[in-house]
Amino acid sequence: MQPYQPIIPSKSVEQFEREQFRRNSVVPQLWACLDHVKDPEIPALSLWDIGILKDIKLDNGQATVTITPTYSGCPAMDAISEDITIAFRDIGIKNTTVITELSPAWTTQWMTDKGRAQLRDYGIAPPNDVIGDAKELNNDTQVMCPHCKSDNTTLVSEFGSTACKALFKCNTCHEPFDLFKHI
Amino acid sequence: MTQTNTNQDIIDYTVRLGDDAIVIGHRVSEWISNAPFLEEDIALGNVALDFIGHARMYYGYAAELTNKTNGNDDTTEDDFAYLRDERQFQNHLLHELHKGDFAYTTIRQLLIDIYNKYFLEKLKDSSDETLAAIAIKAAKETRYHCRRSKDWTLRLGDGTTESHQRMQTALDDLWGYSHELFEQDELEQRLVALGVAVDCASLKADWLAEVSAIIEQATLTVPTQEWAVRGGRQGYHTEHLGHLLTQMQFIARSFPDAKW
Repeated sequence: MQPYQPIIPSKSVEQFEREQFRRNSVVPQLWACLDHVKDPEIPALSLWDIGILKDIKLDNGQATVTITPTYSGCPAMDAISEDITIAFRDIGIKNTTVITELSPAWTTQWMTDKGRAQLRDYGIAPPNDVIGDAKELNNDTQVMCPHCKSDNTTLVSEFGSTACKALFKCNTCHEPFDLFKHI
Repeated sequence: MTQTNTNQDIIDYTVRLGDDAIVIGHRVSEWISNAPFLEEDIALGNVALDFIGHARMYYGYAAELTNKTNGNDDTTEDDFAYLRDERQFQNHLLHELHKGDFAYTTIRQLLIDIYNKYFLEKLKDSSDETLAAIAIKAAKETRYHCRRSKDWTLRLGDGTTESHQRMQTALDDLWGYSHELFEQDELEQRLVALGVAVDCASLKADWLAEVSAIIEQATLTVPTQEWAVRGGRQGYHTEHLGHLLTQMQFIARSFPDAKW
């Protein structure tokens, strides 16, 4: 089964608002700089594409970056703050403050289309590859296998290798894979 | 009531919520490498991590408020987690009870997860914006916890004779600790009046209806014996909390201010 491809690409309201916010920023070069900073747990995805990067401000050579955690216990947040500070130091910004903002709470809706495709290529099913309702996983939930695209899959555990993923196995190619859970 | 007193009330309340989260988070983490099979081991690790994440949010906010009240910046989330003694912890007793067998953990998680579902739904409306933001974040994760606890309760309750028996025993052993979840002392009543705290007594009917329905569907019997143990919110604990703290706080106390 092929992923559903709308003829006219549509964006969710959340995605559109994020992109517009970024376009209106007065420091586009800093957003571009952070496109090279990846999620330490999923190195295929940039902070922007996974949707946790919310704002960048520059004031008198002092940068302030606002991020939001995917899951509240996510141990990657400290590493991410450090990676942001290092990336900015490399382009000459010595002082960076990283703020973690809880509200509004992160949702998988903020993940970009590019991010979803990269996730799939990396071997992790994005939340929109759930066939049916992604919000209510159950033992009958089918997900398109990121390896062979079969939808003959079985939920193994709602908690996978990290808090944000559920574990599935594909009954066609017999490979296990993670689903990035809708939240 | 002065503003300072109210601030202190909010700090104390936030720390209580943090205590509940860290104690159950640590308890669940004791399953890591001991769970019945690998996938469940990973699931329990993730659930524990979620609770520890909630504790960090609560303690972090309590530290921020403490610093604001005192006009300094030297209190951190770690002070609440690692540098307080047993009597200073104000978690519910249900959270601290020993790890028990897998049935015991499953029943305890069912009681706590369903409670959290209703509790966080109300905390979302708190007049304190930070507590409301924490609740919105935590509620999303709690949905997954509830589903997992319910699935296991059904599977083990309506399972083999052995699993059924163990589940019923766990339920009978834990039931008397659930009443405390719905009781409020003066501090919480003051904050309920201000719209900050959740009126947890009002959650009981919904909680009982949902938990009872799951228990009955799992072919188990809702306990009817009248007994209750209470005291966690006043700092009176079972013998289990001290042991938990020795393990949880050992590194931080042996190597003060150590950094990774």
